[in-house]
Amino acid sequence: MAMQNINKASDSTKVDTSHSEHPSAVTYFKVAVALCLLTGLEVVVFFFEWLSYGIIPVLAVLSVVKFALVIMFYMHLKYDHRLFSTLFLTGLFLAIGVIFALMALFGWFNAG
Amino acid sequence: MAEATASNHESEHQTTTGLNHRKILMWVFLGSDCMFFATLIATYLVYKGKSLSGPMPLDVFSIPVTTVSTFVLLMSSMSMVLAYAALRKGSLKGYRTWILSTVILGSTFLGFQTFEFYEFANHHVHIDCINPVDLTDYEQGLFDKNCKDGVDHYDAQHGLTPKTNLFGTTFFVLTGLHGTHVTIGVIWLMSLFLYSFKKGGVTPERHLDTDLAALYWHFVDVVWIVIFAVVYLFGVFEGFPS
Amino acid sequence: MTTLLIPMIKRPLHPTGIWNWITTIDHKKIGLLYGATAFINFLIGGIEAILIRAQLSGSNADIITPEVYNQLFTMHGTTMIFLAIMPLSAAFFNYLIPLQIGARDVAFPRLNAFSYWVFLAGTIILHSSWLFGSAPNSGWFSYAPLTSVAYNPGHGMDFWIVGLQVLGIASLAASFNFIVTIINMRAPGMTLMRMPLFTWMTFITAILLVLAFPVITVALIELMFDRSFGTNFFFAPAGADPVLWQHLFWVFGHPEVYILILPAMGIVSEILPTFSKKPLFGYSTVILAGAIIAFMGWLVWSHHMFTVGLGPIPNSVFTITTMAIAIPTGIKIFNWIFTMWKGSITFSTPMLYAIGFIVTFTIGGISGVMHAMSSSDAQQQDTYFVVAHFHYVLFGGAMMGIFGGLYYWFPKFSGRMFSEKLGKVQFFLLFIGQNITFFPMHFVGMDGMPRRIYTYSGEMGWTALNALETSGSILVVISVLLFLHNIVKSWRSGEEAPGDPWDARTLEWSISSPPPEYNFEVIPEVHTVDEWWARKRGLLGEQSPSVGSNEKGEIHLPQPSFWPLVSAIGIFIGGYGLIYSYPVAIVGLVIMMVGVYSWSFEPVNDPD
Repeated sequence: MAMQNINKASDSTKVDTSHSEHPSAVTYFKVAVALCLLTGLEVVVFFFEWLSYGIIPVLAVLSVVKFALVIMFYMHLKYDHRLFSTLFLTGLFLAIGVIFALMALFGWFNAG
Repeated sequence: MAEATASNHESEHQTTTGLNHRKILMWVFLGSDCMFFATLIATYLVYKGKSLSGPMPLDVFSIPVTTVSTFVLLMSSMSMVLAYAALRKGSLKGYRTWILSTVILGSTFLGFQTFEFYEFANHHVHIDCINPVDLTDYEQGLFDKNCKDGVDHYDAQHGLTPKTNLFGTTFFVLTGLHGTHVTIGVIWLMSLFLYSFKKGGVTPERHLDTDLAALYWHFVDVVWIVIFAVVYLFGVFEGFPS
Repeated sequence: MTTLLIPMIKRPLHPTGIWNWITTIDHKKIGLLYGATAFINFLIGGIEAILIRAQLSGSNADIITPEVYNQLFTMHGTTMIFLAIMPLSAAFFNYLIPLQIGARDVAFPRLNAFSYWVFLAGTIILHSSWLFGSAPNSGWFSYAPLTSVAYNPGHGMDFWIVGLQVLGIASLAASFNFIVTIINMRAPGMTLMRMPLFTWMTFITAILLVLAFPVITVALIELMFDRSFGTNFFFAPAGADPVLWQHLFWVFGHPEVYILILPAMGIVSEILPTFSKKPLFGYSTVILAGAIIAFMGWLVWSHHMFTVGLGPIPNSVFTITTMAIAIPTGIKIFNWIFTMWKGSITFSTPMLYAIGFIVTFTIGGISGVMHAMSSSDAQQQDTYFVVAHFHYVLFGGAMMGIFGGLYYWFPKFSGRMFSEKLGKVQFFLLFIGQNITFFPMHFVGMDGMPRRIYTYSGEMGWTALNALETSGSILVVISVLLFLHNIVKSWRSGEEAPGDPWDARTLEWSISSPPPEYNFEVIPEVHTVDEWWARKRGLLGEQSPSVGSNEKGEIHLPQPSFWPLVSAIGIFIGGYGLIYSYPVAIVGLVIMMVGVYSWSFEPVNDPD
């Protein structure tokens, strides 16, 4: 059995995390362009007064897409081990749940 | 190099999952940090539209300015990921260029935020009483109160500070704590930049040091994506909650 | 050359005496430090409780002033929850998790030392409020607007805010560490579903903690800004709703309840199988029930607020979710009972505590279901009935579990056996004492005696029962002193303990008592749940491995370090700075930064 030293595991810097196929700089650039376009779209939509309440789902969808692009490509969740996604998304979904629960408790979704 | 000695040992080791301890730690931390910002955002939303006095978001926000600063932060995420890619390829020169760009873009974002805070705190209201155009609700109130008896214009400072109203309180603390996160990120990246000049300090084998800083940096960026949509764009929208 | 900053301070490679403890990053020593500090806190919280009981022992008493009384019940709750039960659990996490999963230390040994020192800093900050003449006085959940400067001038609340904030840093750092340790440092073959129950409950507790503590961190920041910088978070004249504080506090506070009880459930789940000579009944069900409790802990927080006036819909929703949480809890209780069923039971002291836990925790659980119903809670809210309920679950539950754990693992910690006779006497004294103390509270509570009341008139008819409660609390005091006596005496001169005195089941018993610094000479390979039991009984077939073969010369342990302590000192100074003077806070911040930087550039091991 290979000798197993605790010090090897602690604070180690070198264990490769086995994400082999990293995207190229071109992909990163494309993502950046997409992020900018989506932000631009958010601002354009913002000035469409006729949208009224419709702005809420539009902004929500656009931001979620931006959010997803960054965590999938820039933070490599798309390529990395699923454990990382699990750990992060647990916190993220609970966070979203708490926000909506508090909004509901403070009367955001009451009729009228 | 003591570090090198340590990492030679490390390469033999297998963790249970084959993943690195520090990277798991970083992801758990980010999951936890989601709850931190969620609480702040929830506070902002719960109090949205509940301020008893102005100025309101519509009075102070300048969406074009914030769009530019958002753009700056998004670009810093791109340069961060390029710095990491350069390091993986072994180009220390590319690494330094991109990481310095990230630091500069991050600092620019902080500059925008400082400017914005300063502007809000010194918000100035000018109302042409003879020919009022496009008044916000808050300005309309000031107009009704002050524009009588032949007054031809109204000029006064109506600054927004954390003490002014609920909007000021929730806005400054939320964006201020985000700014604190950005500041820590800038210091971290600056340290990496300086450390890269030390021989063996930043190497492709030790890419994890940069990977972790990058994860933190991108997280700060995604939080801003949410803040920009929820606090700024949606914040100005006064139709909700009814 | 390895540290950029302060290279002149030499790393303490072979410290001796007190420096050995100050610079240690050995999880076992840190565990003992946690345990000792937390137990002292438990005694301080106990003294506070006794003073409260003294004041309530008769009608119209004025043994202490109302001002001090308010401080006492606030500090009693805060101390017991944040300074006693949580860190006592942390002591078990530290000492046992690496041993149970077959590792030589935790994933981040220096971060572990940092957690302890920051916890100690928070402890000192909170207790020192007494010395500075202004202990916090608005109850352990400190409802707004009672905490605002207008109603609560002086520094008491500031001590509370900063103290909890500092303790939060310690708890978060520890939990990050244990999550990574449990995910990533298990011995070969130890899959998740082969982990000991205590490890599982620790894992779930740590996850709850990293998700719940950020909420209170933000709530405390908001409160601090309100007090120090005049913001409006909980300031009703600016349109704020002070109920927001209640929501934020309990979004954190209810998961916190499970953070307190789950480790004790883990301990009990280890003791019962050992002394029943049977595997835990429904191993996977107990784990699943724990996970469901943890998840549902997020869906019930407003049951603390039924009388606030949230309206019929929230009250109904939270009534249903709260009642539902009794299901996984009940499943666990049945599993524990079935574990004992037809087992060959030894009634040793840890086992008595585990059984006592089941009894008193069930009583507390049942009264909990009673006020889970929002309509009946309207009668019980803020009465002694609620006080009875949470003392049954926290003292009768969490602390009984912890006492059981302290006895169970005492031979492992100390290498000595405790006096079984004294232990049994102590158990019965404590068990009877706590029931005399807390059971009558149900009756006076139902009769309308409000919680936190300073005194009461003799005409209310509560005098006799209150006197009885106080006499029960004296029994508890005697039994705790007896416990201390037993522990101290046994540690000094007890019979030497073998590695496995109880014929137990998990890996920590496969090594000597106390364990060597490196824990395992050879990292064990795991084939099943209760690996050690299976090995002893030869259940693993021919491959049945032995623990032996000396490779000691090759074992490298992480080396001691100053920097966790330096960083913690920075936080300690910064904490007082936030209360009294911002320039001092900046000094603290700088010291912390120096600590963190030196730590980052210090390799895990210097070649020596």
